[in-house]
Amino acid sequence: MNCTEARALLHGYLDDELDAARSAEIAQHLSTCAECMARYRALENLQQSLRMPHLRHAAPSALAARIRAHLPDETPVRMQRRSWRWPALSAALAASLLIAVAITGWQAVQLRAHGADALVTEAVSDHVRSLLAAHLIDVRSSDQHTVKPWFDGRLDFSPQVKDLGAQGFELIGGRLDVLGDERVAALVYKRHLHMINLFQWPANGAASEEPTEQTRNGYHAIGWREGGMQFLAVSDTADLNAFVQDFRAAVPLGSEPR
Amino acid sequence: MATRAQFEANVMQHLDAAYNLARWLARNDADAQDVTQEAALRAFRYYDGFRGGDARVWLLAIVRNTFYSLHASNAAAITESYDEALHQRADECTPDPEALALRSSDAEQVRAALERLPSEYREVLALREFEECSYKEIASITGLKIGTVMSRLARARERLAAELIGTESTP
Repeated sequence: MNCTEARALLHGYLDDELDAARSAEIAQHLSTCAECMARYRALENLQQSLRMPHLRHAAPSALAARIRAHLPDETPVRMQRRSWRWPALSAALAASLLIAVAITGWQAVQLRAHGADALVTEAVSDHVRSLLAAHLIDVRSSDQHTVKPWFDGRLDFSPQVKDLGAQGFELIGGRLDVLGDERVAALVYKRHLHMINLFQWPANGAASEEPTEQTRNGYHAIGWREGGMQFLAVSDTADLNAFVQDFRAAVPLGSEPR
Repeated sequence: MATRAQFEANVMQHLDAAYNLARWLARNDADAQDVTQEAALRAFRYYDGFRGGDARVWLLAIVRNTFYSLHASNAAAITESYDEALHQRADECTPDPEALALRSSDAEQVRAALERLPSEYREVLALREFEECSYKEIASITGLKIGTVMSRLARARERLAAELIGTESTP
């Protein structure tokens, strides 16, 4: 295990959420890498400082009394509950719409302020994490007709999903991810033994931009903008340029004759 | 049909957890009490539909939904007022071990730094560090995927570390 892989999983290790084999690999790496160990200690330190008892708020005693005073003796019977539930549901729906609108407005500002470099670093770290933890592929399918509908309803935009099997890039699946606090679609393709993560999210009106390549810790990242979408492809394969060309040239699902 | 006694035994015992989450989301006592009370009353109305499982996780999910439905406009305001440019250090995301060691002893600094984070970071940190929820529990409370819980926690901690280092370098 190298430092990039270890760091992607350090939080899972700290929270004791990794399987035994993975934990052992991290422990092994930490015992030989002073830099990662220092980072881990810093995280432990941060966790300790959060777990100081007076940071957790206890409910004021009057609150329990007030709630008890408002509770009826029995929960409502089914009919009453149903009549109550609908307004509650629509209120929740309205609330989530409001939040969605707020977030969309905020993204435009946020992406501009958020350095493109930081995004690439984050994307590379997401890429590495996706290779290590199998559950990070939410929908495992080589069929674009399965992958694309899966995203619908989970995101407020519809990502482009393309079949690149003929070009030698096999679609493995997709997942929801977060980049710069934004929910993005991640498509996972495979070329021989190399995995490619293609992140995409709405460009919020930003002008189209030709692909530019960056390198981080041996991983390639190519970002471009077209058709109102921002794309960021990340992989360790040298064929990433070819992948981006093929992806851009391929016909998106939905516009080809069925 | 559930009675108050059952509700008391299963749900009311988690009132501290409910209030703590509400308090970290609302960031003040009065709103937190409102949210907790409303959530408890909703929980009681929903209680017939509760099919066992972890009552604490179930209640915390209701608290979270209640906060966002009561504070939808506030939530927007909080998100919008969060100036990314002022917090860019977080994206450099290398918590400096020594800076952290210096800061970690000061609970007031930690509290203030945590309150400056956006609500989506405050909630995962509060659930993980104060309620000691597992990733799976956090996922079911927030509706996030487990993978997203891990990456959001990672970012929340990086932000918090940067906030703590930031407050230290400010005179």
